[in-house]
Amino acid sequence: MNVTYDGIQVGDAIPALTKPAIGPLQLALFAGASGDHNPIHLDEQAAKGGGLPGVIAHGMLSMAFLGQVLTDWVPQRCIRNFSTRFAAMAYPGDVITCKGTVTAKREADGDKLIDLEITAENQKGERTLIGQATVALP
Amino acid sequence: MFDPSFVGKEYAPFTVEVEKGRLRLFAKAIGETNPIYTDEAAAKAAGYRSLPAPPTFPFTIAMDAEQPFLVLADMGIDKTKSVHGEQAFTYYADICAGDVITGQQKIVEIFEKKGGALLFIITETRLVNQADTPVCDLRTVIVVRNG
Repeated sequence: MNVTYDGIQVGDAIPALTKPAIGPLQLALFAGASGDHNPIHLDEQAAKGGGLPGVIAHGMLSMAFLGQVLTDWVPQRCIRNFSTRFAAMAYPGDVITCKGTVTAKREADGDKLIDLEITAENQKGERTLIGQATVALP
Repeated sequence: MFDPSFVGKEYAPFTVEVEKGRLRLFAKAIGETNPIYTDEAAAKAAGYRSLPAPPTFPFTIAMDAEQPFLVLADMGIDKTKSVHGEQAFTYYADICAGDVITGQQKIVEIFEKKGGALLFIITETRLVNQADTPVCDLRTVIVVRNG
């Protein structure tokens, strides 16, 4: 099922992605994999010492999930740009769901472009990431 | 009050090699199950030179070169008072395992909000591969709580 420009309408939702609950093992793996070794993601005491209620998930882990909602939908090479605002923190135990909605279709320099609003939200429906992406489609 | 002379400052170029094992660990950490991100044969079948770096991996390239913290240290800011406010990527070409990526970070904007209670630092970093092809631009907004 290839996604095509003509098959997409403004207002369409792309398939949502719900990730398994974020756990301490995932945060440890992501610390190593991402190169972000900030102890606020790993060490409860360090997080509390920094004024946080406890360990928080890496914002870039949630943004990686948001990237997956795009790459599960279209090949990665279609993505022209991808951005987000980190609107709220995610914590261990949170279940993050990523969603995308088509906000515009436009042609520029011979490319057929789709603009999307993409968001990540937790199990309470609070938006943790609010972002945009543009993909070029055949 | 911040020192406005930091606006426009460019940092020394950095170079990071993209390693296959690192990309596999990254895929595992984010729960990525598409085999193109972990199995080189699947990546090649999809038209990549080797394992592709996922969309947010360019930030890890900058992080490996400690770029986000470099600016804070340079400006004398306590990193525990800073948060990642926004992140943007613009893509020009694939980044794959084996690539040697060179980047250079520049401070493009600094401003205050809420009467100086919050300081916003915006940096841009262009990543270029071993063939001098631009592959990705990063734009990072760091928010610092003053006091």
